[in-house]
Amino acid sequence: MITMGIDMGAKTIKVVILKDNEIVAKSIVVAGFEVEKMAKEVIEKAMSEAGVTRGDITKVVSTGAGDKQAPFYDETKSVVGCDSLGAAYIHPAVRCVIDVGAEEGRGMRCDETGKILDFEVNEKCAAGAGAFTEAMSRALEVPLEELGALSLKATEDVPMNAQCTVFAESEVVTMVHNNVPKENMAKAVHDAMASRITSMVRKIGFEKDVVLIGGVAKNVGFVSSLNADLELEVIVPEDPEFVGALGAALAAAGWKGGA
Amino acid sequence: MTEKKELWRWTESRWTNPDIDWKGKLITSGVDVGSVSSQAVILADGELYAYSNMRTGSNSPDSAINAINWAMEDTALTLEDIAYTVGTGYGRVNVPFSQRAITEIACHARGGNHMYGPTVRTILDMGGQDCKAIHCDEKGKVTNFLMNDKCAAGTGRGMEVFADLLGVSINDIGDLSLDVEEEPPPVSSTCVVYAKTEATGLLREGWPTNKVLAAYCSAMAHRIMTLLERIGVEKDFAITGGIAKNSGVVSRLEKDVGIPIMTTDYDTQIAGALGAALFAKALKDKGK
Amino acid sequence: MIANYGYKDGSGDYFITIDTDKCNGCRDCVSACPHGVFDVGPDENDPLSDDEVAFVTEEERKKIKYTCGPCKPTSDRPPLPCVTACKQDAISHSW
Repeated sequence: MITMGIDMGAKTIKVVILKDNEIVAKSIVVAGFEVEKMAKEVIEKAMSEAGVTRGDITKVVSTGAGDKQAPFYDETKSVVGCDSLGAAYIHPAVRCVIDVGAEEGRGMRCDETGKILDFEVNEKCAAGAGAFTEAMSRALEVPLEELGALSLKATEDVPMNAQCTVFAESEVVTMVHNNVPKENMAKAVHDAMASRITSMVRKIGFEKDVVLIGGVAKNVGFVSSLNADLELEVIVPEDPEFVGALGAALAAAGWKGGA
Repeated sequence: MTEKKELWRWTESRWTNPDIDWKGKLITSGVDVGSVSSQAVILADGELYAYSNMRTGSNSPDSAINAINWAMEDTALTLEDIAYTVGTGYGRVNVPFSQRAITEIACHARGGNHMYGPTVRTILDMGGQDCKAIHCDEKGKVTNFLMNDKCAAGTGRGMEVFADLLGVSINDIGDLSLDVEEEPPPVSSTCVVYAKTEATGLLREGWPTNKVLAAYCSAMAHRIMTLLERIGVEKDFAITGGIAKNSGVVSRLEKDVGIPIMTTDYDTQIAGALGAALFAKALKDKGK
Repeated sequence: MIANYGYKDGSGDYFITIDTDKCNGCRDCVSACPHGVFDVGPDENDPLSDDEVAFVTEEERKKIKYTCGPCKPTSDRPPLPCVTACKQDAISHSW
């Protein structure tokens, strides 16, 4: 059976195609302002990679902030539901999933089948999402993909007082002006963000193993700050940004855990 | 009223009461060092004598000194003539010539009471980096308050982000936003970062600048309304701070609240410093 | 005075309300809170009064959503320690 999962995220669109619960194709694109056109393109790309046509696909599940904007789908499913399914498939020992995307942060507790026991979402404040690190990379004039590695070189902890992305931008500009080393500022950025995610996760209570997914999981600086804050090592899957789409494709296949 | 023109930012102002001879009178002052603007108010025997309102510089002590010096410019006063100074605002502990620091909440209530008269019960202060809703009694004593300085939505800083995005002077935003044939739906994101993304999308859809501004001013008014609802709005209702000068937000808020907003001839940004100067007088009289 | 400490951001309203007319400055909330959210001192918003009242500390005001998170009653947690500790019934949370 061939199924497809589409994750219509705030910044990127991800597609995963499964054949008998095995990944045969995955594709990602930046959504920009032409969401529907980009969604069509990325779906085409995944289908050609898998060597399938739309007619071959038994079921399509769409998820993400813009789930209903997908060009076609049979069903939509909540992001937390897809996240936990995807995480349980990759790492069955998972009991807590943290998903930090471009505009949303989520924490959920689940069992080995990916069933949600409790969850918490932050979706309307940029300070707890990827948009925060993105804004900080602009303020620091350091490319986003270098911000993580830079923060690992920090020599000193500098406090960041602002809890709002806009105010934090001014604070960073002032720090740049005062010649605070950029690596220390980068760490301050990740520490601040990690402390917000940690509090969110503490609210639902968490157990090991903790799997971190979403685009921000690729930021090694954030991962290091989060590990320090949670006092454990989170597990970051190989393609953390695809886990939601994977979960959607698994949901389409009716996967309920296990091999 | 003399005013310095700054096209790219809000307008600074200063004023001296020509009918007052300060000699032989008790001079007290209040200095409000905010994140964006600083004000100094000078009282002679408790009567408003002079004030200034200018941009905050890179550090609080210099901003406080600049503000008081500008307020004293047309007078023969020197710092030595001031018997008592109270500092307030974000940089209140960094006013070098002050004897005491008092919160903006207390000062805005006291200053609002003086500016708008004893009937004012609700004061909304919309500043550069915060928003305060205050209830006070007929003497200007705080009875209920709420302050939001954590989030840029609903603050002058949020408005600045939009001024930058749309290339419009912050002074013109209000009037431009009212120049629409039909009120557009408000921007749906509260967070300034997301609202900016949303506005960029609207511009791409072909919305003219004033329509986008209308959508943002209206979102800001709604947001402030929900903040006010937490403590309730009692008559009379007055607004202080920089955003009080933004007709686009004020007129929409007036509609949301359903109570007329009081007006004043004073610069609405001096309320905090005025309250501080009044506290300075009270503390001096009490010998504290 | 009804003192609302906290904030409203895109995700919701987070205020701790202290009724300073009820508060007697007993410090029970200070010892009850596991995260040091409260303190007692002169009322900074009533500078002409000498009474000491409880308030939310400056550092915590902008992050109580996060600081108070672990105490928030969920399925298997007891009521908030600060609210329970206050015999004067002066403390409440907005969320």
